[in-house]
Amino acid sequence: MKNTIAERIFDFLKEYPPFNLISKETLCEISRNVEIQYYEKDQIIFDQNDPPQDNFYIIYEGVVRLYRFVDDKKINIDICDEGDVFGLRPLIMNENYTMGAAANEETILYGIPTHLFKDIILNYPKVSQFLIASFATNTRDPFSDKHKGKLFANISSVNKMDNSYAETQSAKYSKNPITCSINTSIKEACMIMTGHIINSIIVSENHIPIGIITDKDIRTKVGTGVYSIFDPVSKIMTSPVITFPENITVAEAQIALIKHKVSHICITKDGTDQSELVGILAEHDLTMLQSNNPIFLAREIKSAKDVETLKYIRTKASELTRGYLEQEIPIYFITKVISEINTAITKQIIKLVIKEIGTEPPVAYAWLAMGSQGRKEQLLMTDQDNALVFENVEEEDYEKTKAYFLNFSTKITEKLNIVGFEYCPANIMASNPKWCLSVKEWKAQFKDWVKHPTSDKILLSIIFFDFEYIFGDKNLYERMSESVFRYIANKQTFLGFLSKATLDNPAPLGFFKQFLVEQDGENKDQFDIKSRAIRPLVDAARIFSLHHNLKINNTIARYEKLMEVEPQNRDIFESCANAFKILLQFRTSQGLAKNDSGKFVDINSLSKSDRLKLKSCFKPIKNIQESLKLRFNVSQIP
Amino acid sequence: MLNFFKRKKYPEFWQKHIDTVKNCKKYANYENIRFVALDTETTGFDYENDRILCIGAVAIQNNRILVSDSFEVYIKQDVFNKETVKIHGIRKNGTEIKVSEEEALIAFLDYLDDAIIIAHHTKFDMTMINNALKRLNVGPIQSKQLDTNYIHKKIATEDRFKKLFSLDELCEIYNVKKHDRHTALGDALITAYIFLKLTFKYKKNNVLNLTELINTNYYLNK
Repeated sequence: MKNTIAERIFDFLKEYPPFNLISKETLCEISRNVEIQYYEKDQIIFDQNDPPQDNFYIIYEGVVRLYRFVDDKKINIDICDEGDVFGLRPLIMNENYTMGAAANEETILYGIPTHLFKDIILNYPKVSQFLIASFATNTRDPFSDKHKGKLFANISSVNKMDNSYAETQSAKYSKNPITCSINTSIKEACMIMTGHIINSIIVSENHIPIGIITDKDIRTKVGTGVYSIFDPVSKIMTSPVITFPENITVAEAQIALIKHKVSHICITKDGTDQSELVGILAEHDLTMLQSNNPIFLAREIKSAKDVETLKYIRTKASELTRGYLEQEIPIYFITKVISEINTAITKQIIKLVIKEIGTEPPVAYAWLAMGSQGRKEQLLMTDQDNALVFENVEEEDYEKTKAYFLNFSTKITEKLNIVGFEYCPANIMASNPKWCLSVKEWKAQFKDWVKHPTSDKILLSIIFFDFEYIFGDKNLYERMSESVFRYIANKQTFLGFLSKATLDNPAPLGFFKQFLVEQDGENKDQFDIKSRAIRPLVDAARIFSLHHNLKINNTIARYEKLMEVEPQNRDIFESCANAFKILLQFRTSQGLAKNDSGKFVDINSLSKSDRLKLKSCFKPIKNIQESLKLRFNVSQIP
Repeated sequence: MLNFFKRKKYPEFWQKHIDTVKNCKKYANYENIRFVALDTETTGFDYENDRILCIGAVAIQNNRILVSDSFEVYIKQDVFNKETVKIHGIRKNGTEIKVSEEEALIAFLDYLDDAIIIAHHTKFDMTMINNALKRLNVGPIQSKQLDTNYIHKKIATEDRFKKLFSLDELCEIYNVKKHDRHTALGDALITAYIFLKLTFKYKKNNVLNLTELINTNYYLNK
């Protein structure tokens, strides 16, 4: 029997894990048996030590807080909002609730009967994984061994599968194709084609494509005198047309073009030649697409003779990023490709500058990337952070040498700026005399940072600990990094300072209304994903790597190495690496959508599943920060 | 002559309805009472000439809306008014499975059982249902009835002397999302939400029991 309420509940549930993992029939059955409950602000849903209820809950509207009494003190454990599930205990074990739940504001809950879910848990391993993970995160004490590693058991439900290949990406095609009717004369059709500067026109009736005329038809059938230009287009059109649905992949398109020996494919609503025409894909569209592939771009960069070409290539690379994200290619791979492209562009710019100056640099030097480029995590056009190191010179030559490299660096940063890498607002660039130094000076600088750490110096120095060699003499870079590790080796206090600086950025716990978003200014109500979520993970990875003398710059690679080095903390590091991947992907797609750096996320514009995904990243941040605090005795640092 | 006054024998379904309501002992304990929020879609507002096209209802017990205990039926009617199709979207030959008026009423009474009826502008829905029952030579419905309009008026702080509040107005006041407005079951759910919110508010300054609630609209149950 039809049931409008159950249909609506089904529509709601299917958006959220674990319900999105269940078959339609089963979810319908669940929807028909939901209990809708209403709670006023501060009303208790269940109290700690209450006997288990018949339902567990998903929040339809409102916010619920979970709390627990420890030594008669009430502690809020978590804040759940729309789409979150809670009260899972009766589902997993038949014991009294170990925590209470109360409405934090007016709230509507869907109660899901646990007896219906018991079978589902048996039949859907992913559902049980998700529920156990949620259950664990709600009850989890950051350092208890009991639930460790379960935290991200739900990752595959939150994250879609990473299994795309270049050939399976959706082909791009022209939308709103130009059409004419079957009675149009060849002459009229040619005038339309000339007017629109196109080499083909589709003959359609009621938006259904029935034939196509290309330049070739006019050459072979009209130009040769077989038909007159006053004949109707139906005489010369190729019919029927080859049609495909909108999600045609590059591979399918290539095969179709070859198989049918045609140069155009019509894209229709349902992919048949009986449905509405939505676009046309020409051979040309596929060649354009190949020009977006990284190997092609790298080749183009090497042969670029001016900055404008490089700028064009960089915008192509942005399109590539967008395409990769749409196809859900693993973020690690995307960052690698884009970093390679950015590095290649920088190298090419340096070569162009040397040519422009006309004289080779007086001594050996190395160009270094800092921050996100140094960590190979730069996906969008962010600020440039760079520095330069040159070989030690005799004192009398110093001024002259430094002047050369400052001029050299200024030209490079100017060109990087033209390509699209904004100047660094903090002026951390090689064109700044402070960051264009000889090997000796750099060593002294690092020594000073490590020996006399103060909070203002720390913020500045953090960025320099992620330096990466880009171009020049690699030997200089190696001498520099070796000395850094030597200084740090016996300086636990320095790492303590670094930890303290990063802990000033506490981990977000949930989107508890405005609690976590910026309170004022231009970015009011926006979540600063860079400072609040990404940076804490980057910082923690750096500190642990410095602690273990790991010469790795990339955050994901750092966490992966740390998993090997500290197997006892494997779970924490793994969850951090996963959270970092999700956040980076998130920031990038936000940035591409809004055409900015993606630093701020408008919480209200996020879909619920995106919010959920984002929120799942907060727990690892909190955990890793706790470890930093304990490991490096942060509390003892003034 | 005596035969004329002798009580006529009712059809089985109607006798059952009368007995169920008369014998129900649940009403004293509020938690045990089963409420049924209902709404009808009709061909128009004329009690004599218009007809019911759909009845939707959902049960509430102990402050919970029980989706598993809901009811939705579409009714075959000869009367057709294309003007109101715009509102409820039920076409004369639509895809919904439709049953006869008699079948629908029998099923509804069976579903209703001993519940208390809640609706918004209850008089309208009940008159439509009672007139339909009259065509089967039975009726009117014996169940106690509540009206969200009158409960609201009892606790409202603003515009208390306004005669009628529309369902849309109450949605605004009590912050209820207007999904599936103008489908019988959709409106029944909205009415159920409003009823839950009303009784929560009501409880703060009044004793929440059935008698008190019924007194908010005495005329409906006299």
